[in-house]
Amino acid sequence: MDNFGWKVVRGVFVAVVVLGLCFLVLPLLVIVPLSFNAEPYFTFTEGMLRLDGEAYSLRWYRSILENPEWSKAIGNSFIIGVFATLVATVLGTLAALGLNNPRLPFRQAISALLISPMVTPVIIVAVGVFFFYSSMGLAQTHLGLILAHAMLGAPFVVITVTATLAGFDQTLMRAATSLGAGPLTAFTRIQLPLISPGVLTGALFAFIASFDEVVVVLFLGGVDQRTIPRQMWSGIREEISPTILAIATLLIVFAILLLLAVELLQRRNKLSAETSVK
Amino acid sequence: MTDKRSGVQRLIVPVGLVLPLIAFILVTFVIPLGSMVIQSVHDPEVAEVLPNTLNLLSEWDGTSVPSEEVFESMAQELVLSRESRTTGKVATRVNRIASGTRSVFGKTARRLERIETTELRSAMIDIDDRWKDVELWIAIREAGREYTVKHYLHAVDLERELDGGIHPVSEDQRIYNTLYLRTLFVSLAVTFFCFLIGYPIAYAIANVSDSMAKILLLIVLIPFWTSLLVRTTSWLVLLQNQGVVNDILVWLGLVNDSDRLALIHNMTGTLVAMTHVLLPFMILPLYAVMRAIPTDYMKAAASLGANPAQSFVRVYFPQSLPGISAGCLLVFILSLGYYITPALVGGTKGQLISNMIAYHIQSSLNWGLAAAISVILLTGVFICYFIFDKWVGVDKLRLS
Repeated sequence: MDNFGWKVVRGVFVAVVVLGLCFLVLPLLVIVPLSFNAEPYFTFTEGMLRLDGEAYSLRWYRSILENPEWSKAIGNSFIIGVFATLVATVLGTLAALGLNNPRLPFRQAISALLISPMVTPVIIVAVGVFFFYSSMGLAQTHLGLILAHAMLGAPFVVITVTATLAGFDQTLMRAATSLGAGPLTAFTRIQLPLISPGVLTGALFAFIASFDEVVVVLFLGGVDQRTIPRQMWSGIREEISPTILAIATLLIVFAILLLLAVELLQRRNKLSAETSVK
Repeated sequence: MTDKRSGVQRLIVPVGLVLPLIAFILVTFVIPLGSMVIQSVHDPEVAEVLPNTLNLLSEWDGTSVPSEEVFESMAQELVLSRESRTTGKVATRVNRIASGTRSVFGKTARRLERIETTELRSAMIDIDDRWKDVELWIAIREAGREYTVKHYLHAVDLERELDGGIHPVSEDQRIYNTLYLRTLFVSLAVTFFCFLIGYPIAYAIANVSDSMAKILLLIVLIPFWTSLLVRTTSWLVLLQNQGVVNDILVWLGLVNDSDRLALIHNMTGTLVAMTHVLLPFMILPLYAVMRAIPTDYMKAAASLGANPAQSFVRVYFPQSLPGISAGCLLVFILSLGYYITPALVGGTKGQLISNMIAYHIQSSLNWGLAAAISVILLTGVFICYFIFDKWVGVDKLRLS
């Protein structure tokens, strides 16, 4: 093939990549303008295409505020998410520290066990959780959902903190000990501050895992435990209104904020890893 | 100083650190899965309501109408079940084996309360003549087994005939095997599409400048971080009859306004939305592997006279194989258990086996069957991991 032929191949490749990326992100971007639709339709009205101000409105955002079900769902999502994250982060960080210790026996088996909730299809986890938690009287309680979500989120914390610890320079701990620090002091003053970006990243992953989760909520939660995705689920199934699009837009913004937070933390993490090496 | 400590003492710290999470995962995850397995084989409801009758039935020959003694016990226990409101549970379970018998129990229990007689056999047959059907009694005996594989038979479209033999259910009642096959097909198709779209993207991210790679990675990560419900909603909005995609097709003149394409609530909807949702799970492991492939080999291949296609196929592609298998495994396993997306955009034609699990948990309340299907699905997932571990090694599975 001549040079021109390779240029064509390259062009086709670039086109495929661009199309693939559009496929990934355009569906989300389409939602955003549609959420400002003044009409109760899910497509662009002629007025919207003419960029007529009249065709746009905030009515669907107002309807979120006016509907007590949505405010309750938002509250529930954050309550369950925050507590589940706390449990997952504390237990997950401790476990990662233990897994990082070469003296721990059965390391591979233990780490496989701790990761397993993440790699089991959620529908199966939800079925098990439904049977067992119901028999323990945890059905239709916030506590039940917090425990289930903490279990689903803990593997993310274990993975991110383990990865961070792999970049942590253990000689720093020996240095601290040689300067007279006890193990606890060395941990809280030296190790924890240096791995904190990794811990926070894990916490964000755990939070989003809970915040997004809907199958367990569907099986285990009652009317009082409806979260945002649960409310969207019934919104889509029962009477789909553009309010869903307004909520979706807010969630996209929220996801981007969380993503930026993680990026920032990872940059800090890299920085602290580099300084600890130096 | 630390060297003098005994081996046991040195174990205390790491074990103490992992123990809380191990205990937590055991209680919140492992035991629930165990209870699911038990639920799939253990069905004590009928045995609890009719203990004495079942005891008597175990000595019954199974060919003639049972003796007066059996009827007497059944009458007693039916009346008791009315007080504890468990008649319905028995009726439901027997009805699953001998369909059309549900009404027998409630009706008989209700009437028995008002009857003063010692001739219970003829009295019960008077109330409902189905009591003299041997099949009903066999069904009661079957439903009374505390441990049973009937849910597993049911979950693979088999049934135990009243004579004890195992046969496929009649053709119009077969649902599950079709659904397993469809789930397998959809999972393979989604994995294939994700690979087709994901590989070039991962390759591009791994081979452009750093700042460009950051932007591309962000485009991949935004949908990854966005709620699943949001992404499913966007496909609902895009693909519906009056949706954006059909509008554009009509506007371009590719499709007549009168015959807009049915893109949603069918298999197309399921495939498109699931590919979109799972694509990042293909791209991220691929990218993680590709980033580590040194460019020197490609240069060496080129300097040895290979054209770009040859050096890609012979040098680059084989090195990206661990990423391909990791990405494919992730996407495939996640697809196997996918529920939300097919339920919302799949209609009836695009439903997967997970939808059946949810149906039996939430609507039909046949929890044993839901558990049996889940155990079958979980076994499938285990087999996938096992093959992957033998072939590639599970430790190669990384997201970032």
